[in-house]
Amino acid sequence: MSEIFREQVKILSNEKLSAGVYSLELETKNIAKNAKAGQFVTVYCKDSSRLLPRPISLCEIDSKKNTIRLVFRTVGAGTKELADYKAGEELTVMGPLGNGYDLDKFDANKKALIIGGGIGIPPMLQVAKDAKCQKEIVAGYRNKNELFLYKDLEAVAKVHVATDDGSFETKGTVIDAIKEKSLQADVVFACGPMPMLKALKMYCENNNIECYISLEERMACGIGACLGCVTKTKKKDHHLNVNNTRICTEGPVFDAREVEI
Amino acid sequence: MNTSVDFCGKIFKNPVITASGTFGSGQEYSQFVDLNKLGGVVTKGVANVPWEGNPTPRVAEVYGGMLNAVGLQNPGIETFCNRDIPFLQKYDTNIIVNVCGHTKQEYLDVVERLQQEDVDILEINISCPNVTAGGLSFGQDPKGVEEITKAIKKIAKQPVVMKLTPNVTDIKEIAKAAEAGGADGISLINTLTGMKIDINRRSFVLANKTGGMSGPAIHPIAVRMVYEASHAVNIPVLGMGGIMNADDAIEMILAGASLVSIGTANFVDPTTTVKVVEGIEEYMRKYNVSDIKELVGAVR
Repeated sequence: MSEIFREQVKILSNEKLSAGVYSLELETKNIAKNAKAGQFVTVYCKDSSRLLPRPISLCEIDSKKNTIRLVFRTVGAGTKELADYKAGEELTVMGPLGNGYDLDKFDANKKALIIGGGIGIPPMLQVAKDAKCQKEIVAGYRNKNELFLYKDLEAVAKVHVATDDGSFETKGTVIDAIKEKSLQADVVFACGPMPMLKALKMYCENNNIECYISLEERMACGIGACLGCVTKTKKKDHHLNVNNTRICTEGPVFDAREVEI
Repeated sequence: MNTSVDFCGKIFKNPVITASGTFGSGQEYSQFVDLNKLGGVVTKGVANVPWEGNPTPRVAEVYGGMLNAVGLQNPGIETFCNRDIPFLQKYDTNIIVNVCGHTKQEYLDVVERLQQEDVDILEINISCPNVTAGGLSFGQDPKGVEEITKAIKKIAKQPVVMKLTPNVTDIKEIAKAAEAGGADGISLINTLTGMKIDINRRSFVLANKTGGMSGPAIHPIAVRMVYEASHAVNIPVLGMGGIMNADDAIEMILAGASLVSIGTANFVDPTTTVKVVEGIEEYMRKYNVSDIKELVGAVR
């Protein structure tokens, strides 16, 4: 278990990227220096009636400037509160949490598809930046008005887009985009809604592609104590002694073959 | 200044302990908290065999609190005894093992296995709202409470504290039943059964539909019940329910609790337990209280 920091961080900027999607840049003390792609932080609300910290994935990590970027969608009162914060304000954040993607395992001989769907796209930006292998990105959005982070992704690798309504590139899902463009891969790194992850797990199993997926679940403690966030597993978990595992500590990134989603 | 408490014949260096289910067996929180500074650690409920718990979502936030329906997932008593007890024994703190079961026999199997273990107190969970059999069903009927308390007391090697549910008409009757069954102490309150509906999806937020509510919104209910229960019995009371800080803990002690458990507050700030310890000491200095026993049940 790597060290976890709970610290006051300074908001450097808070920017609206598209309807309901915001980007927070935060100056941390220790979190950025210790974080890797695929990990997350939990953000505490200032309104004390909202007790539980919000788990949010790391979109970008700059260990030199000691900053992290969080891109999130407003879904409830807590994330709406976060959307209202202004540059210069402080926030309490705990992290880095979770395992992150094991990107070093894949060298320049391997080819990766880095896949994000909806609000699962943000963590894939840092994954794309850190992956040393050959890489292309596939991003699934609702429509052409929602292409948040598209330019950031394009700066790192070739981006293929699928939109639900076909208003930009492929109509349909990320799988439809992969098929339409005959994209090949040795490994898939993905984050997104459960139906997308299920489809990718099956697609990769059928095509013999290694697949690492980042799972999301409602959390309370964020550090493995409360067992609020678990996912079913093929094998018995070494710590819990049953066939499920903690997303916050053993994940959020899992080998798709090992989880029963 | 004396903050130590004698609870069921065990000495606690201070009255602050954890609430079962919120603190695992202490390992995760030991990154944030020096467990040596706590009066004790109450471990997550353990059964005779591993339990997988409920489907997810298991937790949801509500105004001033949260709902959980973890369903007492646990690794089973053997793993617990071989791994978690030795971990906690490295610390100078009391070990309180929370015991759960679906049937009377399952509770007894765990209590029997714990006979050979060096733990300080058993807290018997007859109040979990999130399991279909056992749990709450034992805790809502005075006869049932007395009967299971008696059966456990017959074989337990450690003092037995019965953990009570607030989901009853009269907490005094249940407290008295635990005392009549021979309980060495009682602890309360477990969570209040609640429900949250997602109006956009028109579905229940928790897979279990209902969950146990905890957090600061339930604190006044807990204070009232600790007050009532402590006046109904002559055995000591472990008080809990929405304690977020030292002020809340002192309130609970004044209402009649000899010990206090910190639960949901650990999720809000993982160092809450030690902050409560420090805050109680500060309060005692401020009001020149030489012995914490002066505060227990002081508001009558």
